[in-house]
Amino acid sequence: MESTMPVLILAIPLFTFLLLGLLGKFMQRGMAGVIGTSAMGITLVLSYITAFTYFFSGNPLFISAGGDRLQAVIFNTVWLQFTPDQIDAAGQIVKHGLAIKLGFLLDSISAMMLVVITTISFMVHLYSNGYMRDHHGVCEKGFQRFFAYLSLFSFSMLGLVVATNIFQMYIFWELVGASSYLLIGFYYTKPSAVSASKKAFIVTRFADLGFLIGILILSYYTGTFNFTELTSVPVEGLNDVYAVSAGTAEHIRSIFADSKAPLFMGASVMTWALVLIFMGGMGKSAMMPLHIWLPDAMEGPTPVSALIHAATMVVAGVYLVARLFPLFLMQTSALDIVTVVGAVTALYAAMVACAQIDIKRVLAFSTISQIAFMMVSLGVTRIAHTDALGHEVHEGLGYMASMFHLFTHAMFKALLFLGAGALIHAIGSNDYTAMHGLRKYMPVTHWTFLIGCLAIAGIIPFAGFFSKDEILTACFGHSTVWAIWMTLVAGLTAFYMFRLYFLIFWWKEHKVHGEHVPHDQPWTMTLPLIILAAISCVAGFVPFGNLVTWNGHPITGAGFFTNLDNLNWNVAVISLCVAIIGILVAMKMYRKENPLPEKMRSALPRLWDWCHHRFYWDELYMFITHKIIFDRVCKPIAWFDRHVIDGTMDSFATMTNRLSVAIKGLQSGRIQNYVWVYLLGALVLAVVTMLCVL
Amino acid sequence: MESVGSIIAYVVIALSIIIFSVLAVTTRKILRAATYLLFALFATAAIYFSLDYEFLGAVQIAVYAGGIVVLFVFSILLTSHPGDNSARLASKKRVSGLIAAIAMLLVSGYVLISRCIGVAEPAMQSIDMQKVGATLMGTGHGEYLLPFEAISVLLLACIIGGIVVARKR
Amino acid sequence: MEKTMLCYLIPSLIMFCCGVYGFITRKNMIAILISLELMLNSVDINFVVFNRFLFPGSMEGMFFTLFAIAIAAAETALAIAIIINVFRSVKNVDVEEVSKMKF
Repeated sequence: MESTMPVLILAIPLFTFLLLGLLGKFMQRGMAGVIGTSAMGITLVLSYITAFTYFFSGNPLFISAGGDRLQAVIFNTVWLQFTPDQIDAAGQIVKHGLAIKLGFLLDSISAMMLVVITTISFMVHLYSNGYMRDHHGVCEKGFQRFFAYLSLFSFSMLGLVVATNIFQMYIFWELVGASSYLLIGFYYTKPSAVSASKKAFIVTRFADLGFLIGILILSYYTGTFNFTELTSVPVEGLNDVYAVSAGTAEHIRSIFADSKAPLFMGASVMTWALVLIFMGGMGKSAMMPLHIWLPDAMEGPTPVSALIHAATMVVAGVYLVARLFPLFLMQTSALDIVTVVGAVTALYAAMVACAQIDIKRVLAFSTISQIAFMMVSLGVTRIAHTDALGHEVHEGLGYMASMFHLFTHAMFKALLFLGAGALIHAIGSNDYTAMHGLRKYMPVTHWTFLIGCLAIAGIIPFAGFFSKDEILTACFGHSTVWAIWMTLVAGLTAFYMFRLYFLIFWWKEHKVHGEHVPHDQPWTMTLPLIILAAISCVAGFVPFGNLVTWNGHPITGAGFFTNLDNLNWNVAVISLCVAIIGILVAMKMYRKENPLPEKMRSALPRLWDWCHHRFYWDELYMFITHKIIFDRVCKPIAWFDRHVIDGTMDSFATMTNRLSVAIKGLQSGRIQNYVWVYLLGALVLAVVTMLCVL
Repeated sequence: MESVGSIIAYVVIALSIIIFSVLAVTTRKILRAATYLLFALFATAAIYFSLDYEFLGAVQIAVYAGGIVVLFVFSILLTSHPGDNSARLASKKRVSGLIAAIAMLLVSGYVLISRCIGVAEPAMQSIDMQKVGATLMGTGHGEYLLPFEAISVLLLACIIGGIVVARKR
Repeated sequence: MEKTMLCYLIPSLIMFCCGVYGFITRKNMIAILISLELMLNSVDINFVVFNRFLFPGSMEGMFFTLFAIAIAAAETALAIAIIINVFRSVKNVDVEEVSKMKF
């Protein structure tokens, strides 16, 4: 495949960023939006062509004769060479030295991510053209800056998913973190936005420390950064084409096992490396206990929340684990950790989401919970075996389910966020208490939001049903406990989403304040909602089992609409029932104004408080950072710094000062004194020299 | 054995150098100091002549005795009233000056006497003026066109500097 | 009696020491300058003497003296210009009165 198009996919957003960032001041605000959106549109088309070529062209670069999807390195440029290549006498390279390369790796997950990122990003660009204006259509201050940041983010995220090596991924990982920081703090005059952006930056940076250490351990033992060398084998007869292979991962494991120090603190070094890398993913994907930044990140403009903090950046952690999945598969203890973290986070976030008032916070916790679903799904994936219900479990079903859910979740969560943005834009408040009964006023928003809720709740035939069902099937295949646990969380999901839906659109009649009647937003904002709603309706039928699997080998038939055939109806019926129960409970409690929620709240005050205050995680962090780290650690260190280190330096300065005051009389300004001293000194030197020489 | 005349001439030159130097730095009248300096410079020129450096002796007389001393005299007349005596020296200052001078004398004298004793005078030969001119204008090894030019530029710079510094604003 | 090199160097040394004494003790800036000229002159003599006695064939010493005389002339002219300027502003040529440059 030619490398022009992949280069353009990365270059266009970068160029747009530079253009809008450097020259945005000189263009009209609306113009910046048009440029940013159309550039993103071109990227969207190019990405679609690339992904389509990858999945459906049947090119032997991308699919083997046996039907396995392959990994194709489109281009790979050496950026930093650490150790030189070893070359034999004939000039052939025997062994590649350690180098950081920048390249473009096209395989099933990166192609899928290209589609997800560009779709959501384009929708958000389009939407922002409407959202970032006031009610009279005047663009906000910093409109160009906003689009520049969006382009930067799109560039970074695309670079992240097509990374050919773990270090390139790390570089772009930090870039998305930086653009996330910039966008959360977009309203930099608002103190809450500033502190939220700082919080996001610091928490994810802390997690990335683990990521970096993990990278270093992994590359120290294996001597490579490249994903293809870590997880795949080259395909015979083709250049730069690889097939994912458990054998390579096995080999990597043996490298760790055969090294001098295979164990560290009771766990294998490879597990440590993978868990540390997963820690980076935990930070980015807001897993417990590093989730605290994501709810606060909602201080950013809502389109940003939709793009970065719901659909794309926060799934980077899932993507990271998926990218290194063959290695994780070799260390099931690492996968167990992923499962436990994911499951606990899923339940926690779902519980908290039930007690939030700010609609964006509800969606934020819902995002955390859904990403945790994906993590759990990855964590329960094992080699083929028979599950507890007696069914043959497909090899890598959970992996496929996770990617499937990533895809569908991106669509419907972006839809929900954009819908929430439309509501916020119309009402001017984030709290549902200011909304209530909006269904008559904003019909388009109402219907699309409902579709989003149905999709996330997992109602057939919307997208979420299929992916969630696959995840639960995978959980049943691994462990009944986790399966039941996750089914309960799925029920909670349905409950809190419909609680939100009913509280926004039903509950009681909307009180119209004065002239200002809420209404649907301009087409730039409703069109993305409609498109995303349409995608959410049909995305479930995309045959992921055929397209995206961990080793490229399809686990379903070759046809297109195969998802219905392959449903595990036992699991599907259970999850559907649970979801419907959740929806019915929500309907009972919140459809009409009634005292039931208040009663429940007073019946379980402790639970409500804990959920409402997010189980006091922020307070815990505050306690740890302020009371323990700042007071107990930093203050003594600061004292030491101020009095001992600075004191030493200050005393040097003081001594020098005193000495100079003491001897400044020597510089009397009387040249004759100088001459006298100089002459006698020269004579003394002469005498000494003579005594030595003679 | 040299002729008595040359020995007498030498003794006169050496004595006048010593005496006029001492007088130049000890007299309390500044104009007299300049005059004693003039005599010391003349004696130096005489040394140059006696060593057969006629050109150098001529330069010494023309530039030093003729030029610099006149400058001194003018500046003295500009800055002090004739007949003024300078104040008596503080004894501390005199002692320190004597210490420095005598230490210098002892150390250098010791070195000179221990090292330079017994270097006899070679046969005198006066230097051809043409050779002096050629050497000053040549660019080869041991020839001095570049310093010559540098000195001339320096002199020009000094003239300008002197005018700039001393002119009335 | 033979005139050795020492016969010329000793008067030159005495001249130099007089220069040193004068430089250190005199207050009048012009007198200091005169002392300086004495020292320079003694150095010139040394150049010439060494040239004559030790390297009779070459002319380096002579030319150094020549250049030294020229530079001394330049230096004196400039120094006197400065002194006159100082005299204009403080009505004095006493070196101890001109101490604004210290510290």
